Amino acid sequence: MSLRRRYTAFRFREQVIEGLLLLCALVSIATTVGIVLVMLSESVFSLGDGKAFFQEISLTEFFGSTKWAPQFADKHFGVLPLLCGTVLVAGIAALSGLPIGMLAAIYLSEYAAPKFRRTVKPFLEILAGIPTVVYGYFALEFVTPYVLRPFFQGLLGFDVDGFNALSAGLVVGIMIIPMVCSLSEDALRAVPRSLREAGYALGSTKYDVSVKVVLPAAASGIIASFLLAISRAIGETMAVVIAAGQSPVMTLNPLKSVQTMTAFMVNISLGDTPAGSIEYRSLYAVGLTLFCMTLAMNILSQWWMHRFREVYQ
Amino acid sequence: MTTEPGIVSESGAAVPAAKGSRLKQNGRQESWLFAGLCRAAVWFSIAILIVLLVAVTKNSIGWLDWQFLTSFDSARFPQKAGILAGLLGTAWVIGLTILFAVPIGVGAAIYLEEYATDNWLNRLIRLNLANLAGVPSIVYGILGLTVFVRMFGFFGPQGILYRWTGWELNGFFWSEHYQQYLIPLPFGRVVMSGALTLALLILPVVIIASQEALRAIPASLRHASLALGATRWQTIRHQVLPASIPGIMTGVILGISRAIGETAPLVMLGAMTFVYFAPGNLDSLSDVAQHPEGLIKAPFDTFTVMPIQIFNWVRQSKEEFKYVAAAGIVVLLAILLVLNGLAILIRNRYSKHLHW
Repeated sequence: MSLRRRYTAFRFREQVIEGLLLLCALVSIATTVGIVLVMLSESVFSLGDGKAFFQEISLTEFFGSTKWAPQFADKHFGVLPLLCGTVLVAGIAALSGLPIGMLAAIYLSEYAAPKFRRTVKPFLEILAGIPTVVYGYFALEFVTPYVLRPFFQGLLGFDVDGFNALSAGLVVGIMIIPMVCSLSEDALRAVPRSLREAGYALGSTKYDVSVKVVLPAAASGIIASFLLAISRAIGETMAVVIAAGQSPVMTLNPLKSVQTMTAFMVNISLGDTPAGSIEYRSLYAVGLTLFCMTLAMNILSQWWMHRFREVYQ
Repeated sequence: MTTEPGIVSESGAAVPAAKGSRLKQNGRQESWLFAGLCRAAVWFSIAILIVLLVAVTKNSIGWLDWQFLTSFDSARFPQKAGILAGLLGTAWVIGLTILFAVPIGVGAAIYLEEYATDNWLNRLIRLNLANLAGVPSIVYGILGLTVFVRMFGFFGPQGILYRWTGWELNGFFWSEHYQQYLIPLPFGRVVMSGALTLALLILPVVIIASQEALRAIPASLRHASLALGATRWQTIRHQVLPASIPGIMTGVILGISRAIGETAPLVMLGAMTFVYFAPGNLDSLSDVAQHPEGLIKAPFDTFTVMPIQIFNWVRQSKEEFKYVAAAGIVVLLAILLVLNGLAILIRNRYSKHLHW
């Protein structure tokens, strides 16, 4: 009898523990559901009184108008200038960060001696761990006055704003180097050694093996890392807020001040915007746009990994 | 891809041993060029890191002193500005973040690695985790702002609860000393809101790192324990978890150091900029002794953290504040470097000694 009760108590305890652990795992699902619900509240449907953002502003105005002025008396809600700023900064970041990250990954995976690799990796990890607010300070106080101004203004005669998209894009590019490097290196190292050896056996040089054998074999992983890095650049906030400024204009001139979606969101939350006003609700609409963009990139990245991954055994 | 940029698995494929020195001699010119380019990319990254550190440190010289570490902020006099409010605020926020994120994160990882079967729910959880890790931090800020700071406008004088039932609920535990509720509802722009938001933010990092640590434990260890009659939980509690502690610790530390540097979500929550007090007015241990209720008040007090103070100093128009900001950055980076170093140390130490 006692044995039987002990047995059920044990079973019960085991099941309770498993249930609790499952609850922990479900927190992540709850977070996602929460994010989606919160983004939709205030932008698509309204919880309190008053209309939601997209009930007042039509989608055609939101995505069609080229004027963004939520805080003026004459309000305009065309998200294109913010999108333009975001794409400009993320584009500069991708152009500068992705090639460097990939080349560094190739070096660490194909060329570097194990000892060199072990020494260098911690430095890259430190680079990855530097807070974005520090990168913003670096862009504003060093990149613009000591790199961009002397070159573009002094040498070439362009006008460089104190806040500009180029400095922000460059530091975001630096920021994504460790990420691209680490993920691409994983992809390169997953390519089996037999492939390399087969290349050498056919008389290929190191360059031939790296570029024509290993790189194509790891391409899906590298492209997936690119997509993740661009997604991160799109969502990057503090460096862009500090270095790129707060002027929502449609321009592709990287030396001018722009406003990204994230910078606008920070700007609204720094001011005294009353909850329930249309400016406050625009925060959710812009947030939703940003969330959809990064989610699409992330899903694309995962799909690419699955679709094109070469499985070596 | 589930690997975080900061976390690098040491157990990758073997490095190709061939140095190719002879091939290099016979090789074509582009081979040299390409190798040089790749090498330059690595050195460029390291050079940038050094330039950044040197530049910031140079700006902080003369401003980073004992007074800076031990005084509160000053909006008018850059010379008197200090980072104490940020240090104490960060300590409170991060302490609470650890309290929430680590048990839940490790628990979730244990479930996914030790219990989960391959059904739709568990596949959904895994897929979801990979996506959560890629959500921009500012989006978590909006989540925190709506759910924790405002609680959907449910409580408070004009809240939905009042309009529906006529019952006004503003908080729990009235405190005579502070003339406020110790736990206000909605939370408002307080330490607790920030900590809960950051906990959700670093949860994917902690879970993924813990999963990797658990996965590294060989099945034979579990089988041996189970064969001796231990239950599933006893096996995890006494065998698997202790063996995977170093890996979990590394992941947790990396998650924490991310939380310490995180600015955007807390700015969205409306963490204050110029703050002249510590959470709960607890500046020293004697304060704690005099007003023990402050320990309950502090998590529900307004706050600032180090990165927000730095951001605020960067935004000031007075020229001197940029040196104050540099001093703040050096303090922040020093803390992060120590944490990162610790993580690397733990990883190297245990990856060397443990061979299964």
